[in-house]
Amino acid sequence: MSTMKNAEVLTWPEKGESRIPYQVYMDPDIYEGEMKNIFRGSTWNYLGLEVEIPNPGDYKTTYIGDTPVVVTRDAKGEIRSFVNRCAHRGATVCMDPCGNTKTFTCVYHAWVYDAQGDLKGVPFKKGVNGQGGMPEGFDQSKLSLQKIKVETYSGIIFGSFDHGMEPLQEYLGEKMCGYLNRIFNKPVKVLGYQRQLMNNNWKLYFENVKDSYHASLLHLFFSTFGVNRLSQKGGIDLDETGRHHVSYTYGSLNEDLEAYKESDLRSYSSKYTLEDPSLLVGRNEFPDGITLAIQSLFPGMVVQQIHNALAVRHLVPKGVDSCELIWTYLGFEEDDEEITKIRLKQSNLVGPAGFVSLEDGGIGELVQKGIVGAPQVESFVEMGGTGVESQSFRVTETSIRGFWKEYRQLMGY
Amino acid sequence: MELKQINDLREIQFKIEELTHAYVQCIDDNRLEEWPEFFTGDCLYQIISRENHERDFPASIIYCDSKGMLKDRVTAHRQANIFEAHVYRHIVSSIRIAGYENDTYTVHSNYAVFQTRVNGYSEVYNVGQYIDKIIFIEDEPKFKEKKVVYDTLVIPTLLVTPI
Ligand code: FES
Ligand SMILES: [Fe+2]
Repeated sequence: MSTMKNAEVLTWPEKGESRIPYQVYMDPDIYEGEMKNIFRGSTWNYLGLEVEIPNPGDYKTTYIGDTPVVVTRDAKGEIRSFVNRCAHRGATVCMDPCGNTKTFTCVYHAWVYDAQGDLKGVPFKKGVNGQGGMPEGFDQSKLSLQKIKVETYSGIIFGSFDHGMEPLQEYLGEKMCGYLNRIFNKPVKVLGYQRQLMNNNWKLYFENVKDSYHASLLHLFFSTFGVNRLSQKGGIDLDETGRHHVSYTYGSLNEDLEAYKESDLRSYSSKYTLEDPSLLVGRNEFPDGITLAIQSLFPGMVVQQIHNALAVRHLVPKGVDSCELIWTYLGFEEDDEEITKIRLKQSNLVGPAGFVSLEDGGIGELVQKGIVGAPQVESFVEMGGTGVESQSFRVTETSIRGFWKEYRQLMGY
Repeated sequence: MELKQINDLREIQFKIEELTHAYVQCIDDNRLEEWPEFFTGDCLYQIISRENHERDFPASIIYCDSKGMLKDRVTAHRQANIFEAHVYRHIVSSIRIAGYENDTYTVHSNYAVFQTRVNGYSEVYNVGQYIDKIIFIEDEPKFKEKKVVYDTLVIPTLLVTPI
């Protein structure tokens, strides 16, 4: 499907990014167009972290959009990536989620590939007893696994189907690289994974991540327990294109805890108190004083710092009305036992069961159910104006509009 | 083994099984306020994926290291968190004492949780294994540790009600 054809599928409302026609969340043709023009198009997609495949021969499987891919570290230590689809007849080549191997053998007819995705062996290539076999002129070198262009930044691995793609750092922009460096400036370590399936279009989750308007309205944990958040300053930072964003908040969890212990302060602000406020104990790790930073990188990556709970979220589309979210929980290599415990306890705040994040798992489904039968109806996205720009407050939908601006360009709407 | 020993062991086994059944029925009956009382004060309650458990990753979707944190979970469930109404039905089987050390019984059992949402559809929501450490306080068994190791790697939508 070409970009031209996409334009025929949908005409964007005249009001631009502040109106989103519900058709984009339910039309299978649009979904196919997104896989082709966005995820398999000119974008850099999150593949994983270097620390997940530290040694030659290490590999992990993941997705770009809904396409299964493998990420490997070859014998020379270079990171490679290819589509996880046999060049023979399309079987999944690598079945395990991670491991270490020199070669990948497709189980179906045992074609063998190396860590770069090049075809190294075809059983019965010459037939048996002179019978069968591949025809004259069979060129093994033309049957590699489809290769993905790979670049890394700060230990984060990105991949693109577009081999003429602009350099990763340019795609991310200086500002976004700066925010990544806040966290990835020293060696990280993986504390584990969480996976979550949501019955809604992938864009509804990504919009939710960019939606700083809903935070204090949908997530009532902090206000219910009277954890004072009112004084906290913050804002929204966009890159030049508006496709990436960071929502940041200043404050200190420990100040919260001190204030929390003064019972008169909490008695007027809430009916409920935490039996065990040790959940709020943190350590100030970031000299800039930002305690909450949610960064989205187009089209499907989120980096999260909620106090000391650090994670990368990878959004994987699974059809027009379904998507999966893979959380990679992080700490630093230098972490002592105490900070690891702090991260574990604070992880109660985030993830599929998180006190301040579990609502996000259900909210996209509410929209998906609400818009049934109304593809021509549009949403109204004018909080904080109708433009796409950085703002020093959070009651805004500016970063949502930034997403749609980039989306429209890539989709030709 | 002497008859008395066998009878004592049977009684312990019976009490442990009873604890496990009472625990899941408490959740299924939506009596969450009573749920923390199955635990000791300094308990550890953890819901962790089989993937993380087997690869020695500590990250858990719920990690509570005191009874107070369990009570906070219940208060948040009732008063703060927003989610679609649903009910659970637990099926527990293969309850087995796998070890005994320092007055603590290690007990393994299998569980399956069916979830029914407001639309009336029931789904297999989560299956896995309980790895429990149980001690007796004044002849009553309590969970000193309850590790819920789930096979269902992908959590459907969200998790707010304990398993
Ligand atoms: S499909 Fe892979 S070897 Fe035949
Ligand atoms: Fe949210």
